[in-house]
Amino acid sequence: MTGNFPEEGNARPSLAKRARPFEAAIRGLLFVSAAISVLTTLGIVLTLGTESWGFFREVGILEFLGSLEWQPVIGDFGIWPLFNATLTTSFYAMLVALPVGLMVAIYLAEYASDRVRETLKPVLEVLAGIPTVVYGYFALATVTPFLRSLLGTELVGVYNTFSAGIVMGILILPLVSSMCEDALSAVPRSLREGAYAMGATKLEVATQVVVPAAFSGLAAAFILGLSRAVGETMIVALAAGAGPKFTLNPFEPAETMTGHIVRISGGDISYDSIDYRSLFAIALVLFLVTLALNILSRRIVAKHGEVYE
Amino acid sequence: MSAAKSRAATGARGEGSFLPNLGKRQASGRRWAAAFAAATIAAVLVLGALVASIVNDAFGLVAMEFTVDPATLAPGGDIEKLSDAELVAALEDNLKSRRLRSLGNEKPLAERERADLLALVEDEVIGWEVVETFSLAESLFGRAGVDAFMAAEHPEAKLVFRSWVNARFLAASQSATAIDAGVRSALIGTLMTILITVATAFPIGIAAAIWLEEYAKDDKWNRFIRVNIYNLAGVPSIIYGMLGLAIFVRALEPVTSGAAFGAAADPTGANGRTILSAGLTLALLVLPVIIINAQEAFRAVPRTLRESGYAVGATKWQVVWHHVLPAAFDRVLTGTIVAVSRAIGETAPLVVVGASTFLTQDPTSVFSKFTTLPIQIYQWTARPQEDFHNIAAAAILVLLVLMLSLNAFAIILRNRLRAKKRFA
Repeated sequence: MTGNFPEEGNARPSLAKRARPFEAAIRGLLFVSAAISVLTTLGIVLTLGTESWGFFREVGILEFLGSLEWQPVIGDFGIWPLFNATLTTSFYAMLVALPVGLMVAIYLAEYASDRVRETLKPVLEVLAGIPTVVYGYFALATVTPFLRSLLGTELVGVYNTFSAGIVMGILILPLVSSMCEDALSAVPRSLREGAYAMGATKLEVATQVVVPAAFSGLAAAFILGLSRAVGETMIVALAAGAGPKFTLNPFEPAETMTGHIVRISGGDISYDSIDYRSLFAIALVLFLVTLALNILSRRIVAKHGEVYE
Repeated sequence: MSAAKSRAATGARGEGSFLPNLGKRQASGRRWAAAFAAATIAAVLVLGALVASIVNDAFGLVAMEFTVDPATLAPGGDIEKLSDAELVAALEDNLKSRRLRSLGNEKPLAERERADLLALVEDEVIGWEVVETFSLAESLFGRAGVDAFMAAEHPEAKLVFRSWVNARFLAASQSATAIDAGVRSALIGTLMTILITVATAFPIGIAAAIWLEEYAKDDKWNRFIRVNIYNLAGVPSIIYGMLGLAIFVRALEPVTSGAAFGAAADPTGANGRTILSAGLTLALLVLPVIIINAQEAFRAVPRTLRESGYAVGATKWQVVWHHVLPAAFDRVLTGTIVAVSRAIGETAPLVVVGASTFLTQDPTSVFSKFTTLPIQIYQWTARPQEDFHNIAAAAILVLLVLMLSLNAFAIILRNRLRAKKRFA
């Protein structure tokens, strides 16, 4: 295999078959780097799993999923108040991000001239690059006071899920609109031309031909946006209020799953306490919900995505 | 318009059933076109409102009260004009003898630096205290209202225009009073944390991307790695905080606290809640994003470039190292910087990992306790006092400037690399 060319050999040893320890070592190193991502996932699953296991042995999964009270002081660990607040903020976030995001996407993909699009897209990217804690400040210091002066201070609390949800909608708007725009732009020109040839107006082409054709991409964008809203932390930590509370009133304070994790872990907490483990159980729920949404989003694209060549 | 109307009119005479609706259809088309444009403009305006509200809070009038009128110390109240001896005299005249003795025990007044004396006079003699702050809009456009309010509520107070972002804000550390607080330790903490993040995530991310794009066969394992990376990119950042808490802070405490390297135990008692833990947590967080961006960069390198490398007898690694990597490097770098600037703004995972709530000392090594700019913004915003909101807004401006300059640096670097490239 290795060594010099044999003088009397009739076949030269293949260069391709020569052992190359350096190349092999590099190969191994690259593989290990790629495998670190798998280790990360494993780490997440294992830490969330073992700590939650310890929690569920003490509390019981039925109480965790069945009780409407989360009051660690008296031993009540029902996730619903936290989960409900997460749903409320995510609902209002989607109420903003879904219609506005779709409309912005339709405008950019179908109506805007190239020059307008080239100027507006970076602006939306800037919006996407602003740290979430800044949005949290915006929600607490600007949006909430504005809502209070608009609707009355008795109705709207200093901390409320509505204002946190609205600002969260603004946060995920760029994500939703840019994914929607990609989906709309991927619809081939011939489909539009065909509709115009039948006498459709621009609006009819956009809403009755292009949007249905891109539907899977749009659905994927919304689900990914929802997943982002569920996992979003700093806005709700600052603006939605502290203290778990089961309420459907969006103007009352209520703590979300992420908000609770941040508030409790930011304070003094002793390891190996039930409070500490309960955070991992919440995180496990959060992880499973967002993972399911992400997988669903990608499934939709993979299964129902139209492929135009 | 008239053409459309006449066409609609001919349609009405019975040519086809859809023509009578044409006017209506076109009108609704125009309405919706306006609505689509309005939504886009609204999105842009929101960005404007966000920036405006931060600037509005970062500058403005401040009403301050004092225990000793500076005008009695120096003509016009400008204590900067006083000589060192006069400053010492001012201190000796106004402070209680017990306080003077304890200051003298620390260091005799006569031997102190001028800046030190000035600070002492400001803090201990004059004793500025913020009683009310006003936003920039109020200060500029509602001055009459501000004056009326001040006359009624705080007739003694002195009204000054203040930029909450100033040299002292950048140079000072955390403090219990907003007006004395600054972002120095947080800024140093952010830079050290990000350095660790980049130093670990950048090489590993690129290596993983090279594996996936250049080496990996399309088999079960590699497909699993690929799907896994996409899923990791969608995991909420707070989950990474929980991972960092369990792995870096607790399980690897001997390493992250520095004990394993024989480093003296941190006198502040960080116990694994260190800059190193924070940086590694953020590295895990940005790794999937860096990998995905780098993969796209490698995919954009034309196949012919690789083929020509192989054609002259290069090995796989030689092709990757000498041809593919340089050709893709500008995109790899841009993708990494986008990911890193996201890491700079991350708050939630670092709160979970255990950022210090009140840190007045600068971090001395990677094994020190830490705080970062976003953490500082979070803590100041969460306080109810108005003046803490002002310094939170000021810290946000510092953070945004830091991120913007990083992005500008990325663009300049990319353009330089592009200019040097021999091929497209």
